[in-house]
Amino acid sequence: MSTFRSHVWSSVGKKMITGSTGLMLVGFVAVHLLGNLTLFIPDRGHAFNAYAYFLEHAVHGWLILAFEAGLLAVFGFHIVSAVTVAWTDKRKARPVGYALVRNAGGKSRKGLPSTSMIVTGLSLAVFVILHVKMFKFTDHPAVVHDGKEMKDLYAVVVAAFKQPLIAGAYVAVMGMLGFHLRHGFWSAFQSLGWNNDRAIVVLENLARVVAVLFAVGFLALPLYILFFVDPSVSGGHR
Amino acid sequence: MSEMTIHLKIWRQARGETKDSQKSQGRFVDYTVEKVLPEMSFLETLDLLNEKLTRQGQQPVEFDSDCREGICGTCGLVIKGTAHGPNPKTTTCEVRMRHFRDGETITVEPFRAGPFPILKDLVVDRTAFDRIQQQGGFVTANVGSAPDSNAVPIPKLDADKAMDAASCIGCGACVAACPNASASLFVGAKISQLSYLPQGGPERGRRALLMIGQMDREGFGDCSNHGECEAVCPKEISIENIARMRREFFKGALGGHDRKAATGD
Ligand code: HEM
Ligand code: SF4
Ligand code: FES
Repeated sequence: MSTFRSHVWSSVGKKMITGSTGLMLVGFVAVHLLGNLTLFIPDRGHAFNAYAYFLEHAVHGWLILAFEAGLLAVFGFHIVSAVTVAWTDKRKARPVGYALVRNAGGKSRKGLPSTSMIVTGLSLAVFVILHVKMFKFTDHPAVVHDGKEMKDLYAVVVAAFKQPLIAGAYVAVMGMLGFHLRHGFWSAFQSLGWNNDRAIVVLENLARVVAVLFAVGFLALPLYILFFVDPSVSGGHR
Repeated sequence: MSEMTIHLKIWRQARGETKDSQKSQGRFVDYTVEKVLPEMSFLETLDLLNEKLTRQGQQPVEFDSDCREGICGTCGLVIKGTAHGPNPKTTTCEVRMRHFRDGETITVEPFRAGPFPILKDLVVDRTAFDRIQQQGGFVTANVGSAPDSNAVPIPKLDADKAMDAASCIGCGACVAACPNASASLFVGAKISQLSYLPQGGPERGRRALLMIGQMDREGFGDCSNHGECEAVCPKEISIENIARMRREFFKGALGGHDRKAATGD
């Protein structure tokens, strides 16, 4: 194995990949969330559809293609390195487990968020596939805004979240995203070596804020649509 | 002082049972020890049990200890589900019986990790740590006569941090407590210690690459930043040393000169 590859795939290298891709995903998810906020505007999806139209057509459609390719790679690296750390290498390193394990408490950061990273992460992976299938690879009705014909993504989103089962599932998954980030956000900085005894206090508090903002930001949307949007009313919002 | 009766659930395993297969054939055996005094240490309770077993012609329970005052790092048991017992900042030999109730059942297990094979009962082979140290946990220096104190100025904070990291006694509790069986806290302490000092400077990149390489070859897990290691560490080594180890590794991996020296190519 070449030197470069052995460094990248060392125990420390894997963590640097997990951490850096994790932070990139945080960046992506933040932009995604900001874009989705247009759904809260009571304009029957005008702003939301226009935003989606812009993304699809910017730089003759190349922007979105390049971005999607990059995102796919980031997801891929994150999943492969994280699953190696938290599952395969972990299992190899302790072939015989303990009969009794108690959390030590005190300065330990071990808890449900940190121990469930593999569960919340893999759930997110399944979610992302279903999510893309539901909203991207589906037949979109057409709508005309400002004289331009565009996909009525808004109608698809509203139709989906009007189903309590789907809205409920989204709420559950976004709770998991919050858990993932409650540990993941500060952990990524630690993995990249950007941490010390003083910074960790700030980073952990930041992780709490990010976790709540992301989870609530995303789960508010399906709930809002489920309870407050009425497609039969002009403007779409009660 | 009132005498206590303590029930022990102890992992017993014959010599050579796991060395190769890693498949455990050990088992828990229940014992009862009477006339335990609250001021006795946990290891003295095991001594008491072993006297009884020896009198009965049975094999005593094997466990490691040496100084019995928390400085050598030889002892190490998982007591009631926590490495070095339920109290923080202590080694196994510093655990006292007053922390347990009369009639309590205490589960006692060895430090479990693939790279720490069980030799017998509660004794594990921790020479993996020695092999990591041998890769670079030292300074290659021409040792002349002792230099004048303060001949090499070191900022107070750096000296303090180096001293904190240097207090690691190599007990292995961090590995035992880590859900991933990672040795990152131990290796982080050893790498950080020298990275704070000018004497450690010339070899720092090479040291990080070699020691981490050996840690991986020994089969320790990767670190998920649970921080359980810091909580059980008898010397309160901070996980900031793990962050620092990662910085050292990154710089070392980028440094061409160091890299050649490290891998010999
Ligand atoms: C798509 C499927 C995903 C899977 C399978 C997954 C899995 C994991 C796992 C298992 C870990 C823990 C690694 C360890 O133990 O060190 C982790 C860490 C992390 N994840 Fe994810 N994750 C996914 C998606 C996401 C998303 C969408 C985000 C961001 C919004 C994210 C952000 C993070 C961060 C910041 C970390 C911390 C990295 C570190 O400890 O260095 N992950 N992920
Ligand atoms: S870091 Fe702490 S727990 Fe780990 S070997 Fe050193 S003293 Fe023991
Ligand atoms: S026997 Fe020396 S530290 Fe416990």
